[in-house]
Amino acid sequence: MDQVKSSLPGPNDIYREVLTNGITVLTRSNFNSPSVVVSGYFNAGSLFDPDEKLGLADFVTAAIMRGTKERTFDQIYHELESVGASLGFNTGVHKSGFSSRSLAEDLPLLLSLLSEALTVPTFPKTEMEKLRAQLLTGLAIRAEDTSDMASMVFDGILFKGHPYSRPEDGHPETVTKITRADLVEFHREKYGPRGLVIAIVGSVKSEEAVRQVKRALGGWQVKGQKEAPELPPLKLLKKTVSKHHRIAGKSQSDLIIGTTGPMRRDPEFMPASVGNNILGQFGMMGRIGDVVREKSGLAYYAYSSLSAGLGPGSWEVNAGVNPQNVKKAWGLIVDELKRFIQEGVTTDELADTKANFIGRLPISLESNGGVANALLNIERHDLGLDYYQRYEGLVNEVSREDVLTTARKFIDPDRLAIAVAGS
Amino acid sequence: MKNNLTEIILSNGLKVLLKEIHTAPIISSWLWYRVGSRDEVQGRTGISHWVEHMQFKGTPQFPANILDKAISREGGSWNAFTYIDWTAYFETMPADKVDLALRLESDRMSNSRFDSDEVASERTVIMSEREGHENEPLFQLGEAVQQTAFRVHPYHHEVIGDMADLRTMTRDDLYSHYRAFYLPNNAVMAVAGDFDTQFMLARIKELFEPIPAGKEPARLARSEPSQNGEVRLSVEGPGATSYVQVCYRFPIASHPDFFPLSVLDSLLAGPSNLNMFSGGISNKTSRLYRALVDKEYVVSVHGGAQATIDPFLYTITMTVHPKRKPEEVLTALDREIQRVREEKVSKEEITRAIKQARALFAYGSENITNQGFWMGYAEMFADYNWFQTYLDKLSAVTAKDVQRVVNEYFKPQSRVVGTYIPAEGRRT
Repeated sequence: MDQVKSSLPGPNDIYREVLTNGITVLTRSNFNSPSVVVSGYFNAGSLFDPDEKLGLADFVTAAIMRGTKERTFDQIYHELESVGASLGFNTGVHKSGFSSRSLAEDLPLLLSLLSEALTVPTFPKTEMEKLRAQLLTGLAIRAEDTSDMASMVFDGILFKGHPYSRPEDGHPETVTKITRADLVEFHREKYGPRGLVIAIVGSVKSEEAVRQVKRALGGWQVKGQKEAPELPPLKLLKKTVSKHHRIAGKSQSDLIIGTTGPMRRDPEFMPASVGNNILGQFGMMGRIGDVVREKSGLAYYAYSSLSAGLGPGSWEVNAGVNPQNVKKAWGLIVDELKRFIQEGVTTDELADTKANFIGRLPISLESNGGVANALLNIERHDLGLDYYQRYEGLVNEVSREDVLTTARKFIDPDRLAIAVAGS
Repeated sequence: MKNNLTEIILSNGLKVLLKEIHTAPIISSWLWYRVGSRDEVQGRTGISHWVEHMQFKGTPQFPANILDKAISREGGSWNAFTYIDWTAYFETMPADKVDLALRLESDRMSNSRFDSDEVASERTVIMSEREGHENEPLFQLGEAVQQTAFRVHPYHHEVIGDMADLRTMTRDDLYSHYRAFYLPNNAVMAVAGDFDTQFMLARIKELFEPIPAGKEPARLARSEPSQNGEVRLSVEGPGATSYVQVCYRFPIASHPDFFPLSVLDSLLAGPSNLNMFSGGISNKTSRLYRALVDKEYVVSVHGGAQATIDPFLYTITMTVHPKRKPEEVLTALDREIQRVREEKVSKEEITRAIKQARALFAYGSENITNQGFWMGYAEMFADYNWFQTYLDKLSAVTAKDVQRVVNEYFKPQSRVVGTYIPAEGRRT
């Protein structure tokens, strides 16, 4: 076990430095492979988007690689792809992010391209229109995807009237309205060094990695970088609400049944995680998988998941079933949720899940990408650099009572959000 | 032992590859069987995949609901894959727990129960899996293209199988298939990670050597006759987006032309990533992206081939731009392929393809599971040396080689062109 513990990231091998312009850099060296990962996030999520231009933040993250003051779109990707490197941006509600990797020898190139995209994008008009056609095609494909649509309908019910009800990639009518001036303004006001966090993991010494970040981004200053709007309070459901979104010609429907969940920093997060693992993850998708898949043969996938971030989370069960079996699967899942909050979990189930959480940790931290995500997780939720070394103790503290109390706090079978998408 | 690698064949024919890697307290253990959807006759399509599912349904020693929990309890991650040429099972475990994985795999090599009730409930699970695939336009199109490309060869059908066969196959069909192919002399075991080779080998011998060898299973050998003329097909279905798929004949992985074709793939469509546990890179400066996406014929283009035992396909998949017709896309694609035929490929483009492959290899080596994967995977279509010498063989490719293979393999008369025509906004 000592060997396992010493392989986990901790204060002894994570280096953290906050640059004078507000950028936080986290690094951990790994010389086992000649590659390096650079990941991070910054405060420019879809929370800023006006309703009528929903998808703006997403459009900006897609557009900043389409041309900068230094290079054209083709030149940027020529540099990247010629050395087998990758750099991609993504959009979240609170934060947008990036992930990239290269051979260690190409880290300076990676950081200079990252810096250009973040600081001096030019949003060329022709590239923007090409991108718009691609985004709109993506939305047309989304409209035909039972899983994506069930998820959108589910968020619409659970987070009604709250920004979390809105899809980050917007709607065709909102993406159509976005102008080049909107992109330029969004970038000017919302992009900046404050809140930017960068994790570098791989075949590079920490001090060298930090030196390279300073060279690429240490001089970035933005006056009046805007703060994201405050999250309004969430109105909880007063009764179960269900919606069926029809998509013609589909042989399988997606079903989501769920409720709100804890925030990542809430004390209930760990008991909820442990409970969720027993409910719909452990072994072959936990109790839900056992009832819906193994015993009834109704679905290839049926599992539960917990989504916990900076605001209210969701706790949901997903299943893909034949349209004729939707009601049957729905009934089985609600019965399982009832059993979960009535009986709680058994001592054996709890012991199994604890062993699973503790045992799988080194495997989840095997690759540079896995470690980079762990470092960002520590920073985003203020978990402490020793979080992964304390993790075993945190898991072991969870009792059966904690799981039951947490389950009862969040899951009420009479106040569920239920979404179906399919024929 | 060479480069920490040990290769040995046990007395019952089981080939074992062991590679010590002491970078993390993790071991990844893989068991590969030489059986896949190419070993299935009509009426039994999908049987290899279904057998793979039944391998999670228990033995007398590890009953169904014990088995999955046992691995999870130890913090292991495990899964299985059925492909056209092979079926593979893996467990990645904390190093001190690997014995459970070894015991489980040796047990289910010959002792799986195939209980009738379990067969019945798994039938509908797999039908549901297929229904999920059928929701996707690209599955519908890919299935139609593949069955058109292979009239004679059993690469004809999808791994999941046809619904007609999923409805009618019996428990005994499944069990016979299992017994015929799940033999030590038809398998390769590959273990990578934090262990001592002598100790690991002794334990593998102890667990696997008592399993008797069986009659070497014959694999179906119906080779596809040459195709003398382009075939076009269309699939209609829901949605608003058109897709075009173009497939050319591609040689087997152990053929020398595989390497110049891999360079060609890199410059046409961006490098294919052969790793299973590590992502690829973008293809925005590939020739097809520049000619088709930049010029707004399509909104995305992807190309790639698989390493296979018999000649399979190089597939180019394109999502048609809303303003364009599939015919225009095809004309633009042909123009670009014609350009590779006529103009010499530059040295820089080849150097670039090699650097891309080197980077993808480095990313794959971060991960012990992926290293375990490669040892057995390479054995399924060639041998591990194929993997170890891959970069050298790529480095030896010349511009002349690339030009020769494009003329030989990318011929219009031996390709299949499929179009997905969406019900909404059908464009004529």
